[in-house]
Amino acid sequence: MTTRVAVIRYPGSNCETETLEAITRAGGEATLLDYRSATLDGADAVVLPGGFSYGDYLRSGAIARFAPVMQAVATHAAAGGPVIGICNGFQILCEAHLLPGALMHNAQQRFNARPVDVRIERTTTACTGSYAVGQVIRIPLAHGEGRYVADTMTLDTLDGEDQVVLRYVAVEGSDAPANPNGSSRDIAGICNPEGNIVGFMPHPERLADMTLGSDIGLGFFRSLVGRTASGVGA
Amino acid sequence: MNFRVHVRVIPRPGLLDPQGQAVEQALGSLGFAGVSGVRIGRAIEFGLEAASVEAATQAAHAMCEKLLANPVTEDFVVAVES
Repeated sequence: MTTRVAVIRYPGSNCETETLEAITRAGGEATLLDYRSATLDGADAVVLPGGFSYGDYLRSGAIARFAPVMQAVATHAAAGGPVIGICNGFQILCEAHLLPGALMHNAQQRFNARPVDVRIERTTTACTGSYAVGQVIRIPLAHGEGRYVADTMTLDTLDGEDQVVLRYVAVEGSDAPANPNGSSRDIAGICNPEGNIVGFMPHPERLADMTLGSDIGLGFFRSLVGRTASGVGA
Repeated sequence: MNFRVHVRVIPRPGLLDPQGQAVEQALGSLGFAGVSGVRIGRAIEFGLEAASVEAATQAAHAMCEKLLANPVTEDFVVAVES
């Protein structure tokens, strides 16, 4: 059976099209879901895409958190269903307290749009099963508020309980900054203890087609739709 | 009674505030000497119908905890005037 993945469109989302495309290319059935929906329309998994929901008013993700669909997302997540937040989606998951911590303005106080090197730290999650622990991938980043912040106790828990999924790394000879936004402990993505709720700042949907020279990001979606066996090429 | 509520939201102490740093540097380069510890938050104000000052204050605190401030990164101060 084909995995049905709902991509939620909030007012101000702008990465939903390429996210739907990546899911389709990974072999899933992708459906666009309106933020006013009271249900997930029978979806097996949910993706909160990148963008600027509600214009980032107040704080990024602060208002999207109260969108009607979020109740269904929370219920789905609590039942163990896969919920992925990419960039603004990650910000929304943190604001919704589905993931701990918060994302603040980049330390450099500028919008950062560039490829970065991240290391896969955990593969037993809803979307990283296609990769190997320790594998470093180069993937696009595009955000103004991606500095992951949490209190020391939360950070210790994330580290101790294997909840850091992606970490920015310095690669020898690479032109990418080791930590592009000042995130605590170089954190680029985290998950809940069970691994079914995952949020991260990089954009795998933007590198999921060989036309672009690499489809390394496709692995996130292959894993999400349960087609991890074929693996991915760098 | 109708009250005017003033909410001040400020980044928590110890958290890097790049906006504050940039403004502090700008003030320095404009010749304003002796400025330190600039923090940039936001001010929110609104009218609120409530039975008493206490009720209005309590409601404003609830709003801050739920939406107006992020408890992970921000502190808030509420002032209510009649």
